Amino acid sequence: MNIYEKMMSIDRRILFILIAVSVIIPLLKPLLLPINVTKEVRHLYEFIDSLKPGEAILLSLDYDPSTMAECHPMALGILRHCFGKGIKVMVTSLARPEGLGTAEMALTQAAREYEKKNGEDYVFLGYKPAPGAVMLSMGENFRLAFPNDYYGTSMEDIPMMRGIKNYKDLKIVITISGSGIIDTWVIYAGGRYGVPIGAGVTAVMATDYYKYLQSGQLVGLLGGLKGAAEYEKLIRHPDMATKGMDGQNMAHLLIVFFIVIGNIGYILGKRAKSTKGK
Amino acid sequence: MSTDIGVWIAAFLTLGILSFLYKDNPFYKVSESIFIGVSAAYWFVYMIYNVIEPNLLGNLQKGEWWYAVAGILGVMMLFRLIPKIGWLSRWAVAFMIGTGAGLNFIVYLQSNVMKQIRGTLAPLNSIGNIMMIVGVITGLIYFFFSAEHKGLLGGAAKVGIWFIMVSFGASFGYTVMARISLLIGRMHFLFSDWLGLLH
Repeated sequence: MNIYEKMMSIDRRILFILIAVSVIIPLLKPLLLPINVTKEVRHLYEFIDSLKPGEAILLSLDYDPSTMAECHPMALGILRHCFGKGIKVMVTSLARPEGLGTAEMALTQAAREYEKKNGEDYVFLGYKPAPGAVMLSMGENFRLAFPNDYYGTSMEDIPMMRGIKNYKDLKIVITISGSGIIDTWVIYAGGRYGVPIGAGVTAVMATDYYKYLQSGQLVGLLGGLKGAAEYEKLIRHPDMATKGMDGQNMAHLLIVFFIVIGNIGYILGKRAKSTKGK
Repeated sequence: MSTDIGVWIAAFLTLGILSFLYKDNPFYKVSESIFIGVSAAYWFVYMIYNVIEPNLLGNLQKGEWWYAVAGILGVMMLFRLIPKIGWLSRWAVAFMIGTGAGLNFIVYLQSNVMKQIRGTLAPLNSIGNIMMIVGVITGLIYFFFSAEHKGLLGGAAKVGIWFIMVSFGASFGYTVMARISLLIGRMHFLFSDWLGLLH
């Protein structure tokens, strides 16, 4: 086996170990590489930053534990930003029932950090199936879809919900998701009721939603762990996403190196074979 | 190191799933089976107590009897599993498809067609706008199969395929980033929550 064939046939388990090491070492010994903020993240940040204390938003945490690594830091970043500015937050989770646990985890953690009270500063609506129908009914009245909050309290007894009837009383709807429910938010809430929509998505899906950003249907877009790290930088609260960026950079450099080695091996190997054939 | 039994179980299951990268083994199979079983059980129990009970049984108890129609349609869906009366499920599916089409048709057309076309009608006053318009037009030409791709049409289709390949490359790069992010999340859990080595 010549050197080119060896380059192309490295045991994949060695590659896995190298990727794992490239991720673990920066976690243990941070490199503190700089994070530059993209305009799509900045637009969402500036929109929320322009809101006044007491104004309300709807934050739909439509992710579950399988996409928690990317979406949870985004959720915490936006919640911290809102609570820091005194913006009231309605939280729901419409994609899957297992998203409720992660949504509540993010909400209670941020609320504890900023000493915010349930019912006064935030309300957790819970989950309802058939997200399209729920979004349409929320456009008429939140109480149609959610007569009670997640903890069973009637919406009429929640101080924060006085004066909030439907999307017209909210400044923005932000959805953080690892599924295609963002299309549903854009189509139903944004298209039908005209409420501004912001989104945080997993990196796999990010390229699919730039079309909404370009057409103005999305106010801003957080893409993957990098988007969450950029938001943490803007709110000056570095957390898990920022810690993950060093490992992300190192792993990406390693993958680029593997791709280059593989392609060099392929091209030179082909040339060597054709030369040998002649 | 954590003293929480839940963290230890999660760590064991994480390492069990990751062990598949070496080769298939009983630890991986046990972890995978636990994941599938717990997911199915969680969904089932949650659906009974948080979807069917409040939305169907709760409304029927309040005397809103027309919810029984929804219940009957739901049961008809399950008839799919019985070959002799499986045809009844088509009625329930037809109802769902009709409702979905009716709800989606106009708003989808507005959001995903009209607004996208409007967004593409950008002034040719920047390189980004020019590239976007050229990419959209040549990409659409690539998918126009009613004429042979030769001459001017063929040239435009070739440009279109380059734009499409660049977008696939961007998608692939983002996908790699997503997978690495998930790995970072699991490593952070193992080294922080389980082993307590990170602060």
